[in-house]
Amino acid sequence: MEEQVEQVVSMPRLGEKAPEFEAPTTHGVLKLSDFKGSWLIIFSHPADFTPVCTTEFMAFAQLYPELKKRGVELLGLSVDSVTSHIAWIRNIEEKTGVKIPFPVIADLNKDVSMKFGMVHPGQSKTETVRCVFVIDPNQVIRLILYYPLTTGRNMDEILRVIDALQTTDANKVATPANWRPGDMVIVPPPSTQEMAEERLNQGYECVDWYFCKRKL
Amino acid sequence: MPCVSPDGKPTESRPGMLRDLREGKTSAAAVAAAADMPLYRVRSGLRDLTEADYVSESDGSYSLTEQGTGAVP
Repeated sequence: MEEQVEQVVSMPRLGEKAPEFEAPTTHGVLKLSDFKGSWLIIFSHPADFTPVCTTEFMAFAQLYPELKKRGVELLGLSVDSVTSHIAWIRNIEEKTGVKIPFPVIADLNKDVSMKFGMVHPGQSKTETVRCVFVIDPNQVIRLILYYPLTTGRNMDEILRVIDALQTTDANKVATPANWRPGDMVIVPPPSTQEMAEERLNQGYECVDWYFCKRKL
Repeated sequence: MPCVSPDGKPTESRPGMLRDLREGKTSAAAVAAAADMPLYRVRSGLRDLTEADYVSESDGSYSLTEQGTGAVP
């Protein structure tokens, strides 16, 4: 009888330290710890020289100045070689004029992509899906997005969540659905009955005691 | 970008890092600020230069070795 062995891959979760790695990139060998102290977005793409990935790389390159203003570094990844990455990056610049300013991991042995749960066999056994990991300056994973092979990512959303996370950290507040910088933020709900009674008289804009907003 | 080429010499694009160390910058953060480079690139570059014996490191403080001093333009 043929025995089937199902491999259980552990995937990093929100609030956990991002797994350390050392990997060849288009900017030399980099470790995760090289980015300590900066926000970092690690994103994977399925393969070099493919159309959706090319649009995403161009979009990430265009987003990069806004990310730098927010103290965020970018690090790409796919299961391709450094030589392939270099050729593709040069091709993008030659054909579109867009220069790719961030490093890209060459994860040929899938060491990094397996640590981060970027290979989803239901989508592809050999390529990484479109993952986004937002890692804070303490190297804790703060946000994870997964997109399928067929769907390019939304850069506005990536920038929006960076703004939301940084606003949350700086002001000890939460952000409502579709929040944008400048919008009102949500005050953490009261944790005692006394605080609940006081909440409605604290000058916030309240729907009820548990749901109050304020301006920053 | 690697700071040491396959022939073991510092790459032409990174003389500033060695110069900054000679001028008294001792931490990766100070070199990054002086060179206007991302901190991750300086950390990676200093690691390359340390492995190639152009730089020595002790408790996060970097200094030029004899070979490194000789390589500063």
